[in-house]
Amino acid sequence: MGASGSLPAPLGLLAELTHRCPLGCPYCSNPLALDKRDNELDTATWARVFREAASLGVLQVHLSGGEPAARRDLPELVRAACEAGLYSNLITSAVGLTPQTLGGLADAGLDHVQISIQDSDEASADHIAGYKGASTRKRAISGEVVKLGLPLTINMVVHRANIGRIESMVELALSLGASRVEIAHVQYYGWALKNRATLMPTREQVDEAVRQVEMLRAKHQGRIVIDAVVPDYYARFPKPCVGGWGRRSLNVTPAGRVLPCHAAEVIPGLEFWNVREHSLADIWGASPAFAAFRGTDWMQEPCKSCARRDQDFGGCRCQAFILTGDARAADPVCHLSPQHALVAQLAEEREDTVYSYRSS
Amino acid sequence: MDRPAIQFSDSVCPRLPRGVRLSHNEAQGGWVLLAPERVFKTDAIAVEILKRCTGEATLDAIVDDLAKTFAAPRERIHTDVVTLLSSLADKKLLEL
Repeated sequence: MGASGSLPAPLGLLAELTHRCPLGCPYCSNPLALDKRDNELDTATWARVFREAASLGVLQVHLSGGEPAARRDLPELVRAACEAGLYSNLITSAVGLTPQTLGGLADAGLDHVQISIQDSDEASADHIAGYKGASTRKRAISGEVVKLGLPLTINMVVHRANIGRIESMVELALSLGASRVEIAHVQYYGWALKNRATLMPTREQVDEAVRQVEMLRAKHQGRIVIDAVVPDYYARFPKPCVGGWGRRSLNVTPAGRVLPCHAAEVIPGLEFWNVREHSLADIWGASPAFAAFRGTDWMQEPCKSCARRDQDFGGCRCQAFILTGDARAADPVCHLSPQHALVAQLAEEREDTVYSYRSS
Repeated sequence: MDRPAIQFSDSVCPRLPRGVRLSHNEAQGGWVLLAPERVFKTDAIAVEILKRCTGEATLDAIVDDLAKTFAAPRERIHTDVVTLLSSLADKKLLEL
């Protein structure tokens, strides 16, 4: 699609309701400079954003953060999403959620809950989260979700400290009553990038993890859906990040800036518009940040003439910038990138240092 | 995955579980099945089948209804319905 091509309708809205979070996970993809509480959008503005999203064609809203339960108006926000006709998905750490709040969310029309669990080993889980007792609370709240009849996804972020326990993590998700589990290898943005050397697994560990997932999918077929996010530093081709820039989804930050993906603010020179000043339709159609890498006109070689350019869209723009300094370069995760050797070299830079926990 | 599909009898009453629903959306070009963190484009035949998965009608009754409504051979409809339902159940998008 060129600049004049017809605009696709977005499918998903990632609503980062707040950057506040009680946990300190070192792999957090939030930016290092977090939005402050006094800058957060109010309830009425979020409700308007949800209505505008639905009119644009958005089908699902992912209520995320930070920890969305840190917002006292969460039940009202769920109700607003539901009234707008959106499918609502709560992405939560579960810490800060009570059974009462959860019941209120279910009544407000919440469609699905995703709870993160840091490890099947409780001491390790609490260490990773930087929060004593987090694991116990997460397990209890998972039980409440299932009791309410809401579908539950358990999200497990995988890295060097827990990659050997994928099987027991899937067993845990099953025992909690989840219908879906995400095995998500860390993606290196924000706090995760800062902790890359401590989080990065070895190639052997990654290969074994991929084999494990295949085996577990076959073993538990029909009982639980296992989705996996691939560890891209060890990939041959890049991920089609957010399904293509400005093509399928938008992300609204706690302060109302609208980004093509949650990491987009790392790229210098992009002009992001804010929902306080513009409608979502305006932003989707005309904001400079969305136009910057939409379609394929911005590409340079090797992407420009690549047979896969409409399949992976040159990979991730943020990663291209972070690793090469040029946001228009091929994502160096791609083996066709002239800078591909750098990725292998970075993956070798492993260090057993203490985590830099994300701040709250 | 080439594994045997889930087996079920003609007397089951299939239904969409909570968190899975059919939705019509002009901007997305028609019917879609909304599910946890996934969206499936849904063709006209699948829509007709899914609209009947209310948890009240048996598989048998659904096939009868479709065969009558579309004046199509019952056996063929039965095959189509079973194929769709077992693939959805496999993805946890349907309760049997």
